[in-house]
Amino acid sequence: MTSARADDHLLDELQTVTLTVNGSRRSVAVPPHRTLLDGLREEVGLPGTKSCCAEGECGACTVLLDGRAVNSCLVLCVEAEGHEVTTIEGLSQDGLTDLQEEFLNAGAVQCGFCIPGQVVAAEYLLRTNPSPSEDEIREGMSGNLCRCAGYQRIVRAVQATAARRSGGDD
Amino acid sequence: MPNYYRPTTRADALAALAAAGEGARPLVGGTDLLVGLRHHTLEPELLVDLKGVTDLPEPIVVTDDGVRIGPTLTLGELVAHPVVRGWFPALVEAALTVGSVAIRNRASLVANSCNASPAADTAPPLLVHDARVVISSQEGDRTAALEEFFLGPRRTLCGPGELVTRLDLPRPEEGSGSAFRRLTRRRGVDLATVSVAARIDADGHVVLGLGAVGPRPLRTEPSAAVDPADEAGVDRVLDEQLEIASPISDVRGSREYRLAMLRVLAKRAVLAAADRRHPREMAS
Repeated sequence: MTSARADDHLLDELQTVTLTVNGSRRSVAVPPHRTLLDGLREEVGLPGTKSCCAEGECGACTVLLDGRAVNSCLVLCVEAEGHEVTTIEGLSQDGLTDLQEEFLNAGAVQCGFCIPGQVVAAEYLLRTNPSPSEDEIREGMSGNLCRCAGYQRIVRAVQATAARRSGGDD
Repeated sequence: MPNYYRPTTRADALAALAAAGEGARPLVGGTDLLVGLRHHTLEPELLVDLKGVTDLPEPIVVTDDGVRIGPTLTLGELVAHPVVRGWFPALVEAALTVGSVAIRNRASLVANSCNASPAADTAPPLLVHDARVVISSQEGDRTAALEEFFLGPRRTLCGPGELVTRLDLPRPEEGSGSAFRRLTRRRGVDLATVSVAARIDADGHVVLGLGAVGPRPLRTEPSAAVDPADEAGVDRVLDEQLEIASPISDVRGSREYRLAMLRVLAKRAVLAAADRRHPREMAS
């Protein structure tokens, strides 16, 4: 063994975590250092939540934890014991949501990698502020980076969804 | 890799911190701690998650004399609190610049203070608002002014076996105002290049809190009374107040650039704070 970083974690003690994911109770056995992000992708089997910077800078891993948007790379799986997690799969259990449709209509999806996080962040924004101004959208989504720089269209998609939900016609 | 412990009582949390000593880290939001774990800059043996503890101080309690903040209050809850918004506008402005919505939904104000980053956005306003902390251990509680609490980069008065269980902010005097200004390279998810909080009382005494221009967040002593309309007078006060700044050059800016921007931001913060001295006008 050359350094602490060469340790493997096969022998780490596992802890059983029971949480609700997209409405279903799930139990997973994870080492204490496993992030919620990795737990969702690898143990629960939901790869929609993306792993990118893994340090809370990019927002690709955004999920709702008890209804609040969080970076799942900055939450330990063991911290989620007894809590409720909603991922992009949970938002779109009945097919594409209005928000996802508006992302497509606006041409906001380029490479697509950041989109699950963008959609979850936008859903949280619209639930907490149903008719956000453009500035509020930009502020609310500032933790979600798009390397294709599709920001204008992402803002338009959120505006269109807000209008649609308020009964408007855009 | 650390073990994880989620106590339900304050006594159990303090016992675990005492037993593990230097090897223990309290965990609340984890937005800084998990980054440290990932980069191996932090290698604790034990994480003590405070979110399951039922007998810690409430997240926020408002009294006639001020507000008391517990370790589990998130920055998101802080910025949405109507009394905090009315009494501590500089703190709200600063907290709104931390990370992103998702970060603020997890990050704790008290834990952010305990990390003692010299660039912590919440530190300058907490300093100008005369924050005090309660540090608890199995031996009992002690209190300290936040200014004494910050010792150096990532070093505080809170030692092994100790936990900051409360942060108190006294109610600002009638007729005082506060504001926060900062410079970053990009809006959102970036650390401050320079940050300044200013408070000015009804008679024109100015106190500044400075971030990212020294080894720890700095607080100035109250200045002589100044009329914000008197530009030369404000400049004189800033000359004196900003002498304590000793920034370094790094990836976010050179020492010279930081000093120049500090001057600009400090003036803006003082003038904005002065404009807020009459809360009734602000509410409209």
